[in-house]
Amino acid sequence: MVNEEKIIPDDKIDLRGVLCPINFVKTKLKLEMMDAGQVLEVILDDGEPLRSVPRSIKEEGHKIIKVENIENAYRLLIRKA
Amino acid sequence: MAEKTATQRIDFNELKSGGFIKQNQKDLFTVRLKVPGGRITPDKMMKIAEVAKKYSRMGYCHLSFRQSVEIIGVHIDDFDTVVKELAAVGQKIASCGPRVRVPTACGGCEYNPNGIMDTQSKALEVDEKFFGIPCPHKFKMGFSGCPIDCTRTREMDLGFQGVVYPVWGKDLCNGCTLCAKACQEGAIVPDKEGRPIFDESKCVYCGDCIRACPTDAWKDKKKGWLVRTGGKHGRHPREANEVLNFLPDNKVDDFVAATVKWYKENGKPKERIGSCIDRVGLEKFKKEVVGAFLKA
Repeated sequence: MVNEEKIIPDDKIDLRGVLCPINFVKTKLKLEMMDAGQVLEVILDDGEPLRSVPRSIKEEGHKIIKVENIENAYRLLIRKA
Repeated sequence: MAEKTATQRIDFNELKSGGFIKQNQKDLFTVRLKVPGGRITPDKMMKIAEVAKKYSRMGYCHLSFRQSVEIIGVHIDDFDTVVKELAAVGQKIASCGPRVRVPTACGGCEYNPNGIMDTQSKALEVDEKFFGIPCPHKFKMGFSGCPIDCTRTREMDLGFQGVVYPVWGKDLCNGCTLCAKACQEGAIVPDKEGRPIFDESKCVYCGDCIRACPTDAWKDKKKGWLVRTGGKHGRHPREANEVLNFLPDNKVDDFVAATVKWYKENGKPKERIGSCIDRVGLEKFKKEVVGAFLKA
């Protein structure tokens, strides 16, 4: 894992219960408000959101630096490109 | 002098090969226009609309199941003018009858994130080389860019579907398990450290793992076409046989040529290639056509 030690996110967005592709659009808009190099924490539901959103984030050029299973959902840390 | 009937003026079989299809209405025909892969420029659409407005005596077009635009109700006396006016923007007439038809294709890898292979340029290329070649019966080809197979290559006489072979390297993997989540086939299961265990027997070569991987630990080793032959729809549908995987992109034309040649040599009149394969055996097709491509 890259820099396993505590990465403190600069911003957070909880997308549990938000469907595709709105969850990706919300992530994208949030990232647009941030500076390059900053880290966004995204909470996603398992299933379709976890299948689609990380892939789209990668296509936009951002870096997913951590993926973590939390109760019934996943926590992603994204470093803005 | 009695008015000549349409039958005297025109050879209907000749017309049919040119994409003019007889209708119920006396002297009216459907003019089927060639739209390889279903991609069409606005200029062509505007010209077709203009021509259809002028010459369709029934006032509408039909979008055929194989991505062609058909102008309905064109009078036999207007054929020459219609062909000439459409030619001004390079719009050609399609075909029907026992011959190689216009290939269909999915939207294309230029804008679809799932796309693995370039179906649009391949459909154009194949159309350019093989369109209209006479065969024992109709011969339909289709191109799908990925295993979602929007073009339904399983229903084609000869179908090509994009595939990508994934390879995993442990150095870049951070054990995030997103690949296992992305895989819809159960072909990737994480071990205790989150590293993927790959079961190729379940893989459909879609590349979802490669697209999902945040660290590029999954890469594509090769891309190519999964080839299916002998599919058809109609009264007696037959699902195509998978005859080859990972045909290189630059071998598609050769494969089409070899298949059409084999079909012409082996097919009986009015027999689709699928029925021909059922009669003579798939092994014969594999030996005489596929064999030459296996080491490619």
